Amino acid sequence: MTSPASDLAADAPIFELDRREALPALIGRHEDFLIVAGLAGTARDIAALTQNAPHGFTMGGAMGGACMIGLGLALAQRDRRILVVTGDGELLMNVGALATVALMNPPNLSIICVDNGHYGETGYQKSHTSLGTDLERMASGAGIKLTRTVQRAADIPSGAQLLRQGNATVFVLLRVNTGEPPVYKRIWDPVVNRAQFRTGLLGR
Amino acid sequence: MNEQTTAVPARWQDEVFDLLRRAGVTQFGYVPDAGHTILIDRSIADPDVYAIALTTEEEGVALIAGADLGGARGVLLMQSSGVGNCINMLSLINSGRFPFLALVTMRGDFGEGNPWQYPMGQAVVPVLQAVGVTCLRADTPAEALAAVSAAITMVFQAGQAVAVLFTQKLLGAKRF
Repeated sequence: MTSPASDLAADAPIFELDRREALPALIGRHEDFLIVAGLAGTARDIAALTQNAPHGFTMGGAMGGACMIGLGLALAQRDRRILVVTGDGELLMNVGALATVALMNPPNLSIICVDNGHYGETGYQKSHTSLGTDLERMASGAGIKLTRTVQRAADIPSGAQLLRQGNATVFVLLRVNTGEPPVYKRIWDPVVNRAQFRTGLLGR
Repeated sequence: MNEQTTAVPARWQDEVFDLLRRAGVTQFGYVPDAGHTILIDRSIADPDVYAIALTTEEEGVALIAGADLGGARGVLLMQSSGVGNCINMLSLINSGRFPFLALVTMRGDFGEGNPWQYPMGQAVVPVLQAVGVTCLRADTPAEALAAVSAAITMVFQAGQAVAVLFTQKLLGAKRF
């Protein structure tokens, strides 16, 4: 790139990947993780991917809680790999959690933020990440050492590898287009989801 | 209980910490607070627990739910002003029937000199009750220990959500 304008273009975020293909490819064998999904789109992504299996907890409210649920789980289960799958809107609502996660830095925790730059659930209003906010840089600035942006198909293999790296908390920003998440009848009752998750993991 | 007038300060908080540890609490989420200094310092010094500094109190609500999913027990240490930051996140606790224990140091209460503390201090009980959290008040060291013991049973045996309020009668009002 020669001109400043094209340099800017080279840095511009690319919202092109289809979440229904890119997210399963990035996660790989989902059974390898205990998964916490944020509300709305990512809950549908994970419910469909795992078929509501007991190793998933999918939220329907309490916006902003996914990363911290993942942190509490990661500290409780040091021998298991924990994956948080959250959206840009959910993460922005409680973005300070990235600093708390970085402080504790559990090596068994990985976070994927599925960033479509919009609040899909409420009618696809633009979120801050369409308007200049870069959540990978915020994660890095919060102190998370292992961060990556995946926005082209070619980025997926190295992102997938990073998710399973075991020496520090990982943050992967997955930029996707505004295509809908999968349609799937997920568990709406958190009492049921909690009981199923704990029974699968702890036997109680 | 030691009297407040003795040379060695009464350390009822040490006994609170020991109660929590005996109950198997291993995750101490906190926002820095003068009234919780002893509990925070003890949790930081204990190699068998995680002391988790939070940027906002609602993080601690979600943390405790995550700990429960993994079979661990947590407690949230915060000031009354922090209760207001937790309300929507407590819908996770309420709708999922997660066990939840919070220890709240009160401001805007008995003898408070800072007018900014009153709105949230006075709202603590009604808002917590509205979102399904039972409140136990403690005005003396003996009441504090009894309330924490009771709360431990209510939370970890009966699966309830409970906040123990350490009042300014117990802690003393901050001087300005």
